[in-house]
Amino acid sequence: MHVLILGANSDIAYAAARKFASTDKASIHLASRDREKLEKKKQDLVTRYEVDAHVYQFDAENPETHQSFYDALSDKPDVVLISFGTLGDQKESEKDFSKALKCINSNFTGAASILEVIAADMEARHSGCIIGISSVAGERGRQSNYIYGSAKAGLTAYLSGLRNRLHKSGVQVITVLPGFVKTKMTEGMDLPDKLTVQPEKVADDIHNAYRKRKPVIYTLWLWRYIMLIIKMIPERIFVKLNL
Amino acid sequence: MNISGWGRYPAIDADLYSFESEKEILAHMGASHEYAARGLGRSYGDSSLARHILTSSRYRSFLHFDGQAGILTCESGASLEEIIDCFLPRGWFLAITPGTKYVTVGGAIACDVHGKNHHHDGCFSECVESIKVMLANGEIASCSKDQNEELFYATCGGMGLTGIILEASIQLIPVKSAYIDQTTIKAESLAEVFDLFEEHIDSKYSVAWLDCLATGEHLGRSLFMKGGHRIDGRLEPDKKKYMSVPVDMPGFTLNQYSVKLFNLLYYNRIMGKSKEDVVHLNGFFYPLDNVLHWNRMYGKKGFAQYQCVIPKEVGKDGMTRLLKYISDNKRGSFLSVLKLLGKKNRNWLSFPVEGYTLALDFKMDDTLLNFMNELDSIVSDYDGRIYLAKDSRMSAGFFKQSYPMLEKFRSYRSETGAAEKFNSLQSRRLGL
Repeated sequence: MHVLILGANSDIAYAAARKFASTDKASIHLASRDREKLEKKKQDLVTRYEVDAHVYQFDAENPETHQSFYDALSDKPDVVLISFGTLGDQKESEKDFSKALKCINSNFTGAASILEVIAADMEARHSGCIIGISSVAGERGRQSNYIYGSAKAGLTAYLSGLRNRLHKSGVQVITVLPGFVKTKMTEGMDLPDKLTVQPEKVADDIHNAYRKRKPVIYTLWLWRYIMLIIKMIPERIFVKLNL
Repeated sequence: MNISGWGRYPAIDADLYSFESEKEILAHMGASHEYAARGLGRSYGDSSLARHILTSSRYRSFLHFDGQAGILTCESGASLEEIIDCFLPRGWFLAITPGTKYVTVGGAIACDVHGKNHHHDGCFSECVESIKVMLANGEIASCSKDQNEELFYATCGGMGLTGIILEASIQLIPVKSAYIDQTTIKAESLAEVFDLFEEHIDSKYSVAWLDCLATGEHLGRSLFMKGGHRIDGRLEPDKKKYMSVPVDMPGFTLNQYSVKLFNLLYYNRIMGKSKEDVVHLNGFFYPLDNVLHWNRMYGKKGFAQYQCVIPKEVGKDGMTRLLKYISDNKRGSFLSVLKLLGKKNRNWLSFPVEGYTLALDFKMDDTLLNFMNELDSIVSDYDGRIYLAKDSRMSAGFFKQSYPMLEKFRSYRSETGAAEKFNSLQSRRLGL
């Protein structure tokens, strides 16, 4: 089994890589912009789990390279995990649209671009699994992070459409909606303990969704209901909230 | 962010910085702050506390394993738990392990931790082949017992104050089973348990749990436990589920009566004079790890652990006085652990000296610090000392008197610039 991880330097992605390596003894293909850091992760996987691991340079924000990146892979993946993306800074994005665009490109455009390439291959092969890490922030736009939120909303909608398209080819598409996770991205933020999970927990949930062929998962599960309530708040009231 | 050690006393508002590469550490260290290094935060007091903390939580890759020699090279943030999970099924175990597996390799080196086999195998540094350290000037230095020895002897037991421990190569031991043959023997008095330690000196592992509220002729009554690795070929991990203490217990939960009751029940856990069982090494080495967040038992104010060692020649007298003082003051500790330690090593600040070590937990309250100062003066009378990894309150004077290599360590720190770059609340308090 070959697992390709795009954006493999993220904490969630790496936790997932370890999960697939330890439970499935899968060959792990790590791709991201920073190859140096990946080399160490590769060594880690090989030492811990005695699996094959490979590293590749991959730039999500550079869509014209995506086809050739995928074509160059000698082992086509059985499972692809998309986990790149940046939180960005909402306030700066409001002042400088190039920052907003960067956030949108890294979270949405880049994912759509590489996934079109991968989907075409998996559709032809009639097998495979695509796992996209989106966010509960995409469930309803809020003033504190609506650029990031709307990019993730786009990704969620994209994954939903892709799932619909690939269903008849037997290709599985999983949307992962994490709430608060203790990662680099959230370092220094004051997150509520009870609602915040470690990346390993997200990885376990992802693997479980893969095994049980679940289409959409919230992690922590409680977020499904938290977001349900947030989505139910009438707009007239929502607009006045300071969220 | 509010940060504390495992005892939850003291706490400090600190900024934590994680890193994944040497470059990122350098970028952090470029600022003009001083830093404390922190792993999993299992030291009890203020050893890993400072206004600015570098945490190794994201620096925990395994880099290489030599399957012939059993030598693992890993980054300092790798935990002992991860090492066991990975290598026990392949027939390897830690040569030295403390009573919890939730510590990092970097922390184990910095505290030069010891375990139930100290009388045979010494401290953690004995299994350390080499260490890579980032010094205050940003340079990276390797050290071992034969290379750059000063850095090695200062870093092992040096509480992270010589530089940032980056990587280490450690020797694992081959095992043929994940199980331990354990023998538990009841000792009615302190004299009896001391004899048991001597009598079973050849056992690889030994420790005693002690009822510190027992008085009179029962003073020091204990359960002595010894063990050795089985050779039955069963290498599977432990399947026991974890329990967790979900919230802070109210402060009054732990009082002399509940502790007395617990101790009584625990002591009478075995019916006869002795008992033999086969236990998984998880339960043997890490009994408390099965209760996640057990530090919440002590309530919001936290607790202090007191671990001292008293030289062997005067061990019996010293321990008798300590235990008498504790029981007279009705300061019960849930888990009091007694162990005979082996010879001291060459590291400048390592805690163990040949003698008896006693570890106790006390719930924090207004009078505890005075009480612990009294314990210090008893320990001092017998030329004993306190373990830095457990300490949150010792005086600089007592520390200086009990750690003769302190001056050497201090001058090494100033020569290498570490004294300005790496400091914790503890190093400031003790003038390390």
